[in-house]
Amino acid sequence: MDIKDGRTVKGINFVGLRDAGDPVELAARYADEGADELCFLDITATVEKRDTLVELVRNVGKEINIPFTVGGGIREVQDVSRLLKAGADKISINSAAVKRPELVSELALEFGSQCVVVAIDVKQENDGHWYVYVHGGRSRTEHKAIDWAKRITDLGAGEILLTSMNSDGTQEGFSLKITREMGKAVPIPIIASGGAGTMTHFEEVFREGEADAALAASVFHFGSIPIPKLKEYLASKQIPMRQL
Amino acid sequence: MKEIAIVKYNAGNIQSVINALERLGVKPVVTDDQNWLVSAQKVIFPGVGEASTAMKYLKEKDLDQLLPKLKQPVLGICLGLQLMCTHSEENDTPMLDIFPAEVKRFPDKVGKIPHMGWNQLEFNDHPLLHGISQKDSFYFVHSYYAELSQYTIAKGNYGIPFSAVMQRDNFYATQFHPEKSSHVGGKIIENFINIPS
Repeated sequence: MDIKDGRTVKGINFVGLRDAGDPVELAARYADEGADELCFLDITATVEKRDTLVELVRNVGKEINIPFTVGGGIREVQDVSRLLKAGADKISINSAAVKRPELVSELALEFGSQCVVVAIDVKQENDGHWYVYVHGGRSRTEHKAIDWAKRITDLGAGEILLTSMNSDGTQEGFSLKITREMGKAVPIPIIASGGAGTMTHFEEVFREGEADAALAASVFHFGSIPIPKLKEYLASKQIPMRQL
Repeated sequence: MKEIAIVKYNAGNIQSVINALERLGVKPVVTDDQNWLVSAQKVIFPGVGEASTAMKYLKEKDLDQLLPKLKQPVLGICLGLQLMCTHSEENDTPMLDIFPAEVKRFPDKVGKIPHMGWNQLEFNDHPLLHGISQKDSFYFVHSYYAELSQYTIAKGNYGIPFSAVMQRDNFYATQFHPEKSSHVGGKIIENFINIPS
């Protein structure tokens, strides 16, 4: 769930936001429907809005009984401490890790790797290489995707949330090759994100992309794929799946 | 009155345990006060983190002496379960020795470590698992595991079998997080609350 001013929103290729509802209500619905984990990303997170995010985390924690990750605007250990105390299970960092990679190890030491998710937004350029982008996909960095994944793993990241900007919001399928390559390059779980449009896309990302988990937003927010149906489908394709 | 004390120490996030209890209509007390802990009807011993650091804190508060002597039902969760065992490979740590069992690190061959995600249990009927089916899944996050022992009442399997739920006398423990394991996890917490004190 991308959160802006306290509402769930969803864009296409990181822009063009569409309102998708109240995050706490949506969270409760997804938890009931069998989502295994939820992820909240505050895309308006500015210093003055940070209290809003902590409040949202507190409300989500009261409502739902499955793990959830929170990201957006985290700059230092203290930010994470507040979010975890409010009830988040994991936090995700993106731009802050690129700006100051030591933050990953500081967080891993303080709170344990199991709650440190590093979000990596990647885009394949004309030279064929995948580069890491920051600031919600607005700025390209010089980091190549796989090198960056290895680096943050060495620093103590516990999971990678990999979003392919080429696929995000298109509903044309996950970027399978980069997902598989990254999973082979590092010993930590890869959550694949960006591009889910059909149930087959999920099957592909587990089988061909060898992802450990798949994340999607639009297909759930706008109801084109109900979670129970998706899990039933994947289970029927022999992909291990928690059933309700 | 159902007075539940949560052991306060330096090991991780207890807000979700509080939330889970409040969803069941129970208001817990979070405390490291010996009198509170001894007199509570039930005690929950949660934990996420590293074994030696947690034991050091428990020792500073003399809780390493107190906890094994508690008489009311006690529920250890995650690191709580591990601390209730005899010894951990994690920084070679002697622990509370309520369950005579060793805690070991998953060998690399099992796959990605920590074991993080939803898994099923294998068990025979038990009051703590009342209403739970072997098809139900629970949420695990751990790099170390308690070996199987005579006190194992449910087995998990992540490349190798391990103790997912343990019980000895009034001491109960789960390696998974019932507070994060959806409705079936809530059911286990409810079962614990309903165990006669």
